[in-house]
Amino acid sequence: MKRRLFLKGTLAGGAIAIAASAGLLIPRTVMAAWPKSAFESKNVNDALNAIAGTTTTDSSGKVKINAPEIAEVASEVRITVDADMDGIDSISIIVEKNPSPLTAHFELGAGALGFVSTRVKMAKTSNVIAVVKANGKLYSAQKEVKVTVGGCGG
Amino acid sequence: MADGILIRSKISNDVTLVRSSMKHPMETGQRKDKKTGKNIPAHFIQIATFEHNGKVVFTANLGPAVSKNPYISFKFKGGKKGDTIKMNWVDNKGKNASSEDTIR
Repeated sequence: MKRRLFLKGTLAGGAIAIAASAGLLIPRTVMAAWPKSAFESKNVNDALNAIAGTTTTDSSGKVKINAPEIAEVASEVRITVDADMDGIDSISIIVEKNPSPLTAHFELGAGALGFVSTRVKMAKTSNVIAVVKANGKLYSAQKEVKVTVGGCGG
Repeated sequence: MADGILIRSKISNDVTLVRSSMKHPMETGQRKDKKTGKNIPAHFIQIATFEHNGKVVFTANLGPAVSKNPYISFKFKGGKKGDTIKMNWVDNKGKNASSEDTIR
C-alpha cells in the first residue's frame, strides 16, 4: 500500500513539473516576437536574411525615403519612409554603418498604410536604407546622411 | 499623458495619422559611464504596439539605435472620430507602459 501511495505521489509531482515548464514557455513565446537575431546582425545582408529570408531587393523607386543630407544632431536623425503600395507587411529602417545596422522594424496590421516616421542615432556618415516587404518581395530605397565630427553642422 | 507617453491621432480624408513619443533613455549598452569607466547596460524599448478599437494596427520593433525618447508616427485607413487608439510598450528589462487617445 505504502509503495502504491508513493508511486501516486511521484506521478502527481511529475504532472505539476510538466505544467510548470509549459507555463514558463508562454512568456518566452510572446517575447520571441522581437526579432533578436536580426537586431544583433553586424551587417546589412545578415540583418535582411534574418528579418526577411532574402537579400534581393527591388530599388526601382516604389519606396521613398526622406532623410537630411547632413545630420545636425547625429543622435536624432529624422527618417521618414513612404511607399504607395498595397499588401505591405513590414517596413524596416537600416543604418548601414551602425554597429548593428537594423534600427527599427515595423509590422503593419490591416488598414495600415506604407508610411512611418521616426528618429534614429547614427555612428558616422552612412547610407540609410528603407526596406518594404510587400506580397512576399522586398522593395528598397536608400539615402546617404552625412554625420560631421565635431558637430559644427557643416 | 500617462507614463511619459504622448499620443495624438488625427483623421483627415479617411486617413488617420497617429503620432507618439515615449519617455525612455534608449541606452545602447555601448556608452561608458565617465565616473566608473564601465559600459552603461543596454536599456531600450523593444516593442511598441498600437491598437485601433482593440485590434493591433501597427507594431514597432525597436533596436537600441532608435533615438532617446522614441518618436513614431504612422498612418492607417478605417478609423473614425472618437475611436480609441491605445499604445503599449515593453523594454528589454520587461518594464512596460501604456496610454490611449481618441481620434479627433
